[in-house]
Amino acid sequence: MSIAVSDKNSAVTQKRSIGAVLWDYLTTVDHMKVAHLYLFGGAFFFILGGIEAVIIRIQLLVPENDFVSAGFYNEIITMHGTTMIFLAAMPLLLGMMNAIMPLQIGARDVAFPFLNSLGVWLFILGGIMLNMSWFFGGAPDAGWTAYAPLSTTSPGHGVDFYAVGLQIAGAGTLMSGINFLVTIINMRAPGMTYMRMPLFTWTTFITSILILFAFPALTVGLFLLMFDRMFGSAFFDVALGGNTIIWQHLFWIFGHPEVYILILPVFGLFSEIFSTFSKKRLFGYTSMVFATMLIAFLGFMVWAHHMFTVGMGPIANTIFSVATMAIAIPTGIKIFNWLATMWGGNVKINSAMLWALGFIPSFTIGGMTGIMVATVAADYQYHDTYFVIAHFHYTIVGGTVMGIFAGLHYWWPKIFGRVLNETLGKITFWTFFIGFHMTFFIQHFLGLMGMPRRYWVFLENQGLDTGNFISSLGALFMSIGVIVFIYNAIYVWLKGEKAAADPWDGRTLEWTTASPPEHYNWKQTPLIRGLDCLWIEKTEGNGKMTPAEPLKDIHMPNNTIIPFIMTLGFFISGFGFIYQTENKLWYIALFGGMAIALLAMLVRSLQDDVGHYITKEELKGEAK
Amino acid sequence: MTENTNTNNQLTDFHRQKNKEEMKRNVISFAMMIVSTIIAFAVVASGVMDRVFAIFLLFILAVAQVAFQFFYFMHMKEKGHAMPAVMIVAGTWAAFLTTFGLIAAVWW
Ligand code: HEM
Ligand SMILES: [Cu+2]
Repeated sequence: MSIAVSDKNSAVTQKRSIGAVLWDYLTTVDHMKVAHLYLFGGAFFFILGGIEAVIIRIQLLVPENDFVSAGFYNEIITMHGTTMIFLAAMPLLLGMMNAIMPLQIGARDVAFPFLNSLGVWLFILGGIMLNMSWFFGGAPDAGWTAYAPLSTTSPGHGVDFYAVGLQIAGAGTLMSGINFLVTIINMRAPGMTYMRMPLFTWTTFITSILILFAFPALTVGLFLLMFDRMFGSAFFDVALGGNTIIWQHLFWIFGHPEVYILILPVFGLFSEIFSTFSKKRLFGYTSMVFATMLIAFLGFMVWAHHMFTVGMGPIANTIFSVATMAIAIPTGIKIFNWLATMWGGNVKINSAMLWALGFIPSFTIGGMTGIMVATVAADYQYHDTYFVIAHFHYTIVGGTVMGIFAGLHYWWPKIFGRVLNETLGKITFWTFFIGFHMTFFIQHFLGLMGMPRRYWVFLENQGLDTGNFISSLGALFMSIGVIVFIYNAIYVWLKGEKAAADPWDGRTLEWTTASPPEHYNWKQTPLIRGLDCLWIEKTEGNGKMTPAEPLKDIHMPNNTIIPFIMTLGFFISGFGFIYQTENKLWYIALFGGMAIALLAMLVRSLQDDVGHYITKEELKGEAK
Repeated sequence: MTENTNTNNQLTDFHRQKNKEEMKRNVISFAMMIVSTIIAFAVVASGVMDRVFAIFLLFILAVAQVAFQFFYFMHMKEKGHAMPAVMIVAGTWAAFLTTFGLIAAVWW
């Protein structure tokens, strides 16, 4: 789609063949194009997961419905959860981080452009692998949490696809996390101290730390699951001396930090939006930074709140319960800081700001029910009912998804070079917002009345009919909202005008680049003189950044196809792993795929690719 | 962080002096690591120590070895290594929590 950011010769905007564009994206190492890939991939899986959600709601529209069979229903709910968390929400966030974070710190790219491209391909092919299961005898059906022994005994290859697909996609995420950390530590522009970084960069940084320390637990868990299912080990097989609870621990040691991986980036971008559209410095910047750190720190010590009913005993339950409630404190600090940022500000309400305003009450309700389910005695009632479903949709949809929409409306000009249409944006917000509360608010009460989660049907006249009907109706509204958004994106792409560099009168560094930026971002790295650095220059009458260096040759990395080939190797090998249990011939795919990947690594290691320079003359020649 | 990436060919006397000290320290710490490894083996092989004490001693020696590794061979003691140090401490903490949590909650 976007061909505006392109190679050296993009100064002359020319129509390029589909093949050339495709090849460009397959080989790109540019952070903005990798971001595009993350966003397209994430959007594709978001729509897929959305369709699965609609199927769930149609099945639960009326009592004892038989729209889908019980077995298929299990596959649908499993794939809905897995897709939305791993293949939609995370990649969309990673896409925005990739696009914006380097721009906010004054870097020309991320620290490891090659790894960046490898990361996005691992995500895309891992996601495709997972969804291949639909065509090869059925999708995983043990829930997105894949608890053993349900997952170890699930027949067919569904759960194998889950284990291998997530392993591949997860490796990509881990790489991105490391990449962002190194970028933020080492590549900040002169003057950009840690405490001058915009909050989105801060939350990207802390989220990356969470990724770095949480994903290994998932990797280990998935390996154990793989060995149990494919190679006859018995880590989770009680009959052979294994222990099923280990899976739950490993999964939630990853899983709880994961929910903060989903929410912290949008905390960051909401902070930017509130401050930009209130024309005020973010209230309590320092406390925001430390609250984020505190949330990350505590986030590692609460995983067992998902396991209160497992039987860990009153002492363990109490410790985890108290630790969990403690997280509400830094979260509350943030909410009040946002409110105080708007207080007395010159508030402008447009679509980005609408999402931000809608987020506050929605997420606060999610936090409140969080405290409720964190209360051990009460959780024996709530656990595994629709109450928990309502809780986490209020946090993930009311927090993460609204945040993604807010961020997309805010940064669309920077990422795609167009401003989204305001009217369509508002229609999207209101339909989605109303639909969201219709769908999930009533689910609190369905849960309190005892409707268990993951059940295929419910019976008539047990007080569940009306609630489920309203909930399904809400899903319709949410779907309309999403469709209008997609229409909006296509509409402005075809009909919209090229966006200005700084359409919102912004405060941070990304608004000093063109919309979309050149692939080297700035001709001269800017000098940073404080927090909200662009705003400082604006108030002092400069209007633009002072360069920190003379105009000189810019060193940029070369495009390469190796990451894609490497990923293809792992992808093929994944199929080998899954099917070698049936026929030893599949070892050819297993070892063949590995060979491709290792060979690609070898080529990469031996090849002396020092990148290319954009010369001073070329930079001068390009019209500003 | 940039000071570590500079490759400077013209060594001043000051630098030469520093390198010599650095070398001396590295040799000393290397020797101490060898010695502690020999002690560990000796304690177990000879059986002079009570089992519980031996395990305890091995743990202490292991932690010391890791510290030597980080601080001398991975240059953790030098300037500009604050962020890697933070990451290592945080990672160690996360790993400790995980294993401790598993041991305490699953097998205790
Ligand atoms: C004040 C903050 C929060 C508290 C105290 C809290 C507490 C809890 C507790 C105790 C559970 C387990 C309930 C049960 O299974 O019986 C739970 C489930 C869940 N929470 Fe939260 N939570 C909070 C915020 C969040 C956030 C910010 C997210 C995500 C963005 C989130 C996502 C989830 C998910 C996905 C589950 C269910 C997982 C599953 O069983 O499938 N929570 N929460
Ligand atoms: Cu949790």
